[in-house]
Amino acid sequence: MAQPADLLYSKEHEWIKLDGDSATIGITDYAQNALGDIVYVELPKVGATIAQFSNVGVIESVKAVSDLFTPISGEVVEVNAALDNDPAAVNREPYGGGWLLKIRPSDPSETKALLSAADYEKIATD
Amino acid sequence: MKRTALHDEHVRAGARMVPFADFEMPVQYSSILKEHDAVRNRAGLFDLSHMGQFWLRGDRVAEWADTLTINAVATMKPMQARYNIFCNDAGGALDDTIFYRLPDRWLLVVNAANAGKMWDHLNAFAPSSGVALDNQHGRAALVAMQGPRSVAMLQPHVDVDLASMRYYFCTEGNVNGVPAVIARTGYTGEDGFELFVEGERAPELWSALLRDCAAEGLEPCGLGARDVLRLEAGMPLYGHELTEEITPVQAGLNWALKLSKPEFIGRAALAGQRERDDYSRIVGLVMSGRAPAREGYPVMQDGRAVGEVRSGSIAPSVGNKNIGTALVAPEAATPGTTLGVEIRGTTHEAEVVPLPFYKRAQ
Repeated sequence: MAQPADLLYSKEHEWIKLDGDSATIGITDYAQNALGDIVYVELPKVGATIAQFSNVGVIESVKAVSDLFTPISGEVVEVNAALDNDPAAVNREPYGGGWLLKIRPSDPSETKALLSAADYEKIATD
Repeated sequence: MKRTALHDEHVRAGARMVPFADFEMPVQYSSILKEHDAVRNRAGLFDLSHMGQFWLRGDRVAEWADTLTINAVATMKPMQARYNIFCNDAGGALDDTIFYRLPDRWLLVVNAANAGKMWDHLNAFAPSSGVALDNQHGRAALVAMQGPRSVAMLQPHVDVDLASMRYYFCTEGNVNGVPAVIARTGYTGEDGFELFVEGERAPELWSALLRDCAAEGLEPCGLGARDVLRLEAGMPLYGHELTEEITPVQAGLNWALKLSKPEFIGRAALAGQRERDDYSRIVGLVMSGRAPAREGYPVMQDGRAVGEVRSGSIAPSVGNKNIGTALVAPEAATPGTTLGVEIRGTTHEAEVVPLPFYKRAQ
């Protein structure tokens, strides 16, 4: 699957979509494929303040526990509650229904440290 | 890193290969959950050629093996298979194994990670006559077909009658013209067969079975699915529920402990432990919530640490709940007891349940 060009990416395989004063975060198709069947997602609480590249949760596949990092800083305004009952949505639609959380970015200039789709493509290869 | 005879087949099929006990092994082909589903509802094909195959020959094999193992060897009937455990003097498990009794020889299958240790152990105790040992680890292949459709799928490929074979028995025959020991054994909680063949003939057998049975839903399966299947079926995995520190008594394997045998390594320690009944033991846990239990997580009772998780997984055949095994203090081991599993600093509720979690419909 090609990386959507309108998103920004982290080296830790998260994507972020900026939309005015809100940003949506998820993991990439490469990441979900590498993890395998995702069975549990643990996300931060709404209202929490999270710092760029810090550990904000975990994603668990059948075999492994992986840390989730936030691409930029901000305040958590929503988490994807549908994943409680359907964590496999992250496998099926990593860029759609499998989104993880929405934040209000505190410093939009942090996106300078992120990757374009073309640059991410270079590190997301087997 | 060693490779099995089927390595190229796995790579060609796009399997994800991981290091396991010095071998490159397939952990999954498509998806662990999809492969699990194939085994529970149709059948799956596993490469288990990393496991150690030792051939034992001679008129003193049974009497000798009975001095090294906790279960009975000499009472096995011809063509019978039997689970058995080798222990150290303290009763700790050196390995859990299966003996297969053929008309003129015995096959002993040991865990891959323990094959070197077990080969040394057998040789250290081998008598000067009456027992000849032959190590085929890494040369001989083992292919397992597991699942409710195994008899139907495999029968057209073999020259023996599978339906009349009893569980935990074996026979010699041919699979697609390849000479094999065909055993009705497995490690998934389903009906199925294990096929012991020469390494050189394994690829043709593997690809023929997958090709001919694909329409009936046979799928290649990796070690990931195998671990979920065995855990649901309550079967111990060496290094988790059984170790040199965790005895068969602690692992709940008293059914395999034959104290009627006068002497074997570990007998006194195991008999004493069973008598005292004061040991920490392996229990089954079912988590109330959605967070999976994982190996090493602390197990709590009333705020006090009483043990640790030894295996854990989501369990598709147990209502998609999270299950696990834990080694816990005796007072925390009664089925129905509510315990806590500490996951990243938070205690999650779990209930002690009897093993196995899953039993197939007969």
